[in-house]
Formats: sequence, C-alpha cells, structure tokens
Amino acid sequence: MMPDLGKYAVAVLSSYGVTLALLAGLVGLTLWRGARVRRQLDAVEQRRGEKQRGDNGQT
Amino acid sequence: MASLWQYANPKKFMQTTSVLLPVVAVLAALTLGTGLIWGFFFTPDDYKQGATVKIIYIHVPAALMAINAWLMMLVTSLVWFVRRHHVSALAARAAAPIGMVMTLIALFTGALWGQPMWGTYWAWDPRLTSFLILLLFYLGYIALWEAIESPDTAADLTSVLCMVGSVFALLSRYAVNFWNQGLHQGASLSMDAEENVADVFYIPLLICIAGFGLLFVALVLARTRTEIRARRLQALIARERMA
Repeated sequence: MMPDLGKYAVAVLSSYGVTLALLAGLVGLTLWRGARVRRQLDAVEQRRGEKQRGDNGQT
Repeated sequence: MASLWQYANPKKFMQTTSVLLPVVAVLAALTLGTGLIWGFFFTPDDYKQGATVKIIYIHVPAALMAINAWLMMLVTSLVWFVRRHHVSALAARAAAPIGMVMTLIALFTGALWGQPMWGTYWAWDPRLTSFLILLLFYLGYIALWEAIESPDTAADLTSVLCMVGSVFALLSRYAVNFWNQGLHQGASLSMDAEENVADVFYIPLLICIAGFGLLFVALVLARTRTEIRARRLQALIARERMA
C-alpha cells in the first residue's frame, strides 16, 4: 500500500509529517481557544443574569 | 436580495455561521482527505523529479492559501477602514494565524523539495525571499494585534500594516514573472491548459487546493466566532469593573 519513495522518502515523509502536524496544531488551538472563550463568556453572562435578577428583587 | 452587509451584525454572523460552519468543516475534511490520499498513494512518480512530486499536493495549495489569506485580510481591513464594521476587523485578525501557518508550510515543504531538486534548501530567489518577508509580515501583524489594548486602535494600525504587506503578498505571487531569474519555476497551474502540470497530477492537485481552501474558510469562520465572543467578554468584564 505504501508507495516506494526511494531516496526521496525522507523529504516526502517529512513534508507530509510537518504539514499534518502544523494543521492539526492549528485546528486544535482553534477549538481549544474557542471552547475556553465560550466557557468564560457563559460564566460572565450567568453572573450578569443573576445580578440583574437580584437587582429586580427576584429570587 | 439580502445585503452582504447584514453579516456585519455580529448576531446575524453568529446565527448564519452556526449552520454554515459544520457543513464547511465536513466538506473540508472530506476534500482534503480525498486529495491527499489520492495524491500520496495513487499517483505515479514524475520522470524528472521522482517521488518528490508528491510534495506538490501540499506545497502549492499552502502557498496559494498563504497569499490568498493576506488578500482576504486586505479586503476585510479595507471594509473596516471604510465602514467600521467590527466583524470585518475581527475576521482579518482571525485569518492571520492561518495564513502564517500556510506560509510556514509553503516555506518548509519548499525547502525539503528544493534540496534534492536544486541541491540547496534555500536560495535568495525572488519568490522564496518574498515569501520569507510575507512570513515576517504575518508575525508582525499578529504581534501588533496582541500589543495594543484598544481593539479599535489595534484594528486601525493592523489594517495599515496589512495594506503595506499586500505589496509582498502580490510580489510572492508574481515574483517569478517580474524577475525572470532565480531557481523557482513559474506557476504550476494556469488558465492556459498547456502550461499546467500533467493530467495525472492535475486533478488530485485541484482537489487538494479545494480542500485547503475549504479548511481555510472553516478555520476563519470558527476563529471569527471566537473573536466576536472574546470581544463581548472583554466588554462585559469592563462593565462589571465599572459597576
């Protein structure tokens, strides 16, 4: 299944390896930061909602 | 017909992209997977370049996206300058790290391809040099966004930097045509079919380009959504502190 890359195996496999690692890192960081910011925003909005309900005298 | 400007409204942008993003992400994964598997496993070696021709399926799409990402940032920066739409400035900010990674991939795979073909990893060739300068512009752009606290001032200054850097983005694309010298060959793809790579490499290459393009769109949408949330988060925290 694996193609015979001959004397160019290092160049070709390194190219694909580094590319896939960089793309995976980029996607991973995007998802991680997205989830973190979303969690923080949810927490602040929840706090804000509770404060507004408190200010209006609701329980 | 609905105006394009409605997406300048963060709420409308978030609504639309919550539906669009999963579709684009799945399409990107399928297209990129198909193109890379086809190119790597099911295409023959080139009669001159041997197995190194397989690097074309990552090098060319990454280089194209490196330039196109900057051009997309230029358009969104101009929209910010003229119409002051925050989503537009945030989209430019979101695209920069993606463009930087694409530039890194293009430089790295180019060096690995260049060594067996040219006998050197690096040469101060017009296209290689303009790509290195483009990478430095990406780094500077990202650093400038991080260094300035006021989001509007940061958007203004990075927009100016983006306009200046566009010269190098265009040079990266046309350097081979401007200066007919150096090691790098001309374009691998052209509207003129006679100048294209052989058909056996051409179709998987087009699929890989589409895959990289879709991945770029998916990442820009996801990161712009995060930037919009981060901006709202900052505003709410500032309001809490003042209360």
